[in-house]
Amino acid sequence: MQYAGQRLVVTIITLWAIATLTFFMMRAVPGGPFSAEKELPPAVLANLEARYHLDWPLWRQYLDYLYRTAVWDLGPSFTYPNRTVNDIVRDGFRVSAALGALAIAVALVAGIGVGVAAALYHARWPDRLAMFAATMGISIPNFILSGLLIYVFAYHLRWLPAGLWGKPAQAVMPTLALAALPTAVIARLVRSNMLEVLRQDFITVCQAKGLSPARVVFVHALRSAVLPVITYLGPLAAGVLTGSFVVENIFAIPGLGKYFVQSVTNRDYSVIMGVTMFYSALLVVANVLVDLAYRLVDPRIRL
Amino acid sequence: MAYGGWRWFWRRFRRAGGAALVSAVVVVAALGGCGAPGSSGDGGAAGGDEQVLNDNIGSEPPTLDPALMTDLTSFQIVNSVMEGLTRIGPDGVEPGMAETWDISDDQLTYTFHLRDAVWQNGDPVTANDFVYAWLRVLNPETAAPYAYQLYYIKNAEAYNSGELTDPAQVGVKALDEKTLQVTLEAPTPYFLSLTAFPTLMPVHQATVESNPNWAGEATTYVGNGPFKIAEWVHDSHIDLVKSDTYWDKDTVRLEKMHIVMVNEGSTAETMFANGDLDSNGNLNPQDVPQLLASGEAKTSPMISVTSIYFNTKKEPFDDPRVRKAFTLALDRKAIVEQILKGGQKPALAFVPFGIPNPVSGKDFREEAGDYFTDADVETARRLLAEAGYPNGQGFPKVTYLYNDNDTNRALAEAYQQMWKQNLGVQVELQSMEWKVFLETQRQGNYDLSRGNWVGDYLDPMTFLDLWVTGGGNNRIGWSNPEYDRLIAEAKATSDQEIRFRNMHEAERILMDEMAIGPIFFGVNVYQEKPYVKGVFRTALGTTDYKWAYIEGKGQ
Repeated sequence: MQYAGQRLVVTIITLWAIATLTFFMMRAVPGGPFSAEKELPPAVLANLEARYHLDWPLWRQYLDYLYRTAVWDLGPSFTYPNRTVNDIVRDGFRVSAALGALAIAVALVAGIGVGVAAALYHARWPDRLAMFAATMGISIPNFILSGLLIYVFAYHLRWLPAGLWGKPAQAVMPTLALAALPTAVIARLVRSNMLEVLRQDFITVCQAKGLSPARVVFVHALRSAVLPVITYLGPLAAGVLTGSFVVENIFAIPGLGKYFVQSVTNRDYSVIMGVTMFYSALLVVANVLVDLAYRLVDPRIRL
Repeated sequence: MAYGGWRWFWRRFRRAGGAALVSAVVVVAALGGCGAPGSSGDGGAAGGDEQVLNDNIGSEPPTLDPALMTDLTSFQIVNSVMEGLTRIGPDGVEPGMAETWDISDDQLTYTFHLRDAVWQNGDPVTANDFVYAWLRVLNPETAAPYAYQLYYIKNAEAYNSGELTDPAQVGVKALDEKTLQVTLEAPTPYFLSLTAFPTLMPVHQATVESNPNWAGEATTYVGNGPFKIAEWVHDSHIDLVKSDTYWDKDTVRLEKMHIVMVNEGSTAETMFANGDLDSNGNLNPQDVPQLLASGEAKTSPMISVTSIYFNTKKEPFDDPRVRKAFTLALDRKAIVEQILKGGQKPALAFVPFGIPNPVSGKDFREEAGDYFTDADVETARRLLAEAGYPNGQGFPKVTYLYNDNDTNRALAEAYQQMWKQNLGVQVELQSMEWKVFLETQRQGNYDLSRGNWVGDYLDPMTFLDLWVTGGGNNRIGWSNPEYDRLIAEAKATSDQEIRFRNMHEAERILMDEMAIGPIFFGVNVYQEKPYVKGVFRTALGTTDYKWAYIEGKGQ
């Protein structure tokens, strides 16, 4: 209980620090939401600044912003005046989360499967092939892989649509592009841990007791070997959710990723803050969940 | 292999550094069995001529509220779903919501007679809708970014800036349900084309007042144009269907437009090649030369000019001879043909092609011709020597500033190399993120910088009034009293002969002093299947589908 209280306080301080840093850094960068190639007449600019309260002193804008972040009402976007930041985050995240969940699921299933197979066939051809593919998965940037997938499956073979979102077929290529790297990382993690676990005494004991090889591998060995994968899940979820920008852009997927970059380019202050705070909160929560999951899998770990 | 596929593939790899080629091929082999048969959308092609157009606008339109929009993406959609007093068509200004109009002798009062048109909810379009819409744009609380497009109207600027608080004094009145009277500050010969501009389109008062975000969703949008929004999935697509309440619905032939928002040019090009798109306005700049060469992309004229801005307040570019030397030393033909390869034209003057002079009937640009010779290295060297830098000796360290992207970088490197080779001058290059670049340029913290201008309306004034002393967009610090006088006089008169004479004279002064160094005139690049007919592309960069249709798709 005391632990939970401490975590809560740390979480709030972390989020406040991120909010403050983002706010002041954003304002320190030259150029504002209304600077454009075509200069606005002073009267028009004044009207716009008044409308978005940019004419208030900075401290007042900061306090106002802290309050609105706390109650999660971030107002309209500067770039999309008819859409609120809440709408943008909700609509975009729904899609990004679906894509991210698919990619993580694929990465977990494929990564653990390949990792276990590689460990069981240690130093034989399936192991070498799996590790070769894993090296590739780590070294090929996902935008290259995306382009390659589009070229082969959309342009050349015409099996899959090149872009957009909504139909199952449209999810195949972006999921693969996004899952490639985590699949490779998980496969390597599982393989090396599996190799280590298989050499330990308790496995010999299990085998001596006459347990079936499948039971030894999938129940006893895998449970230990999969621990680092759980640690990796936090950063993985974060990476997949925040790093899907490139893949979303290539496949024209209406996710939240693009707002991460676009809002900074546009100096769309309210969206920058909204997306940053949303992801920050998400990451902090994801880390807490990973800690809890870790404890569930291995009760020896005390938090 | 059709469509130069491998080249497309190879370009992607080179851009990424190319290191992963071998490994990628192996991965493809491994993934080969994964792809499930999908619906690429090219099956089931319509037998006859189904009037459905699949188009790509590249990104989400920021808003469809005429008062708030400022970008071409929004303009393109609003042209289909709304209509102003007039519409710009293939033959110029055409009647829109206004059936006829009278212009007073002093050209200050316009009386528009509205036709019996209705909104898409069945309500009649009235003169009051325009009065309401325009006063809403000018109301400081609306904070309309393009409010200044209405400053031609009497007292509009005073009301927008808060100097005047009584909207009744703004020069727009409904004389009755169907008669709108507009009083202008000064004669504005292009006012009729401005009434087609999105900022001046009407809005449905009850809709706007009931929901401030009415223009953000398909379900709440009430338009009066040839098409109606059937579906709008943000960041994904907008579906438009033919409006059965539009006054000129017999002219409209398309039944449906499915407009997707694919921002990645290469993906959109693949969709176009696959038949998922019938037209595509968003191409990868690097693919344009090849697509143009193979006939898969087309260009249409666009009134835009890319120039080099000189900081005329700072040495050494306060000397017209230096500015001229830097302009003449560049080889535009080589730049356009070998670097850009996108159908652009070398600019040997400032105002682009495509703007007619109503008096002579000729193109403004063709009438005036060129103001200097391209790649005139000899003259450039002579001028630089006269300015005190023979062969570039003693020339101070200067920097060329640009906003970072592939094209701008390639251009900057070409300029740098040409200035070194032709003038013996070493110019440093500096790139910046877009908004930082804008701010730096605005503050005049540069020696040389990239400048680009796209016209707002079809008149040379949209280019020439940039350079008046103290003008908001005059980021070069240049000032010339005679130039100011010519522009002021042209703006105050309704006599087209005087206006065009003055504008030609003003451009001559600008080029004589070489306050900016024009490089090339831009074009609009797009892809369109041969069976797509009647799409009207304006020189201002917008596209109008009112007259579009599909013919011969099944063949």
